[in-house]
Amino acid sequence: MISMFAAATAALLVCMVMGLTRAIAGPTVFDRILAVNSFGTKTVLLIAVYGFLSGRPEFLDLALIYALMNFIGTIAVMKFTRFGDLAGMDEDDLERDR
Amino acid sequence: MSLPVFEIFGWIFICSGSLLTIIGGLGLLRLPDFFSRIHAAGITDTMGAWLIIIGLMFSSTSWLVTAKLVMLLVFLLLTSPLASHALANAAYTRGLRPLIGPDLNPGGDDD
Repeated sequence: MISMFAAATAALLVCMVMGLTRAIAGPTVFDRILAVNSFGTKTVLLIAVYGFLSGRPEFLDLALIYALMNFIGTIAVMKFTRFGDLAGMDEDDLERDR
Repeated sequence: MSLPVFEIFGWIFICSGSLLTIIGGLGLLRLPDFFSRIHAAGITDTMGAWLIIIGLMFSSTSWLVTAKLVMLLVFLLLTSPLASHALANAAYTRGLRPLIGPDLNPGGDDD
């Protein structure tokens, strides 16, 4: 008998392949960031579901850490793409530099 | 925690979440435009993830596992829409415009 965790794992793996295809073929850099962010969310789900599939729900700790790292990474890459710098870019800093 | 009705609810939620995840992946692969691809990825990041995690809650065996799943749900609930919004905002600031109209012309403020 197939379990629901195996079905969800298969669906997530298929969906991750689609996301990787978009990340490789994406025309703009934002497409790639979006695909990698979505890939990270699916990785979190895959870790959680695989923990239940293998009977070891302690994998949820890894899923929690990965969710936070994925969010921080997306925000950092996006700030770098938008401002060209990871440091603070307030108006005050620009005024002080001039 | 192992009632049969919980298993039925787990099946329903996890299968719905898997279906929405597949739909989001197909949209991420097939839609013509970056902003419509954000919409497709948002389906995966919100309802797909939430339904799968709620389905896992129905099949968890201890309260500690359920508490971790609740924390994961809250993190995803807070961070996924924020990441989508920041991504769309950054793309619009950099001059990327959505495709508008039946012919999918690039539209926006500066046309």
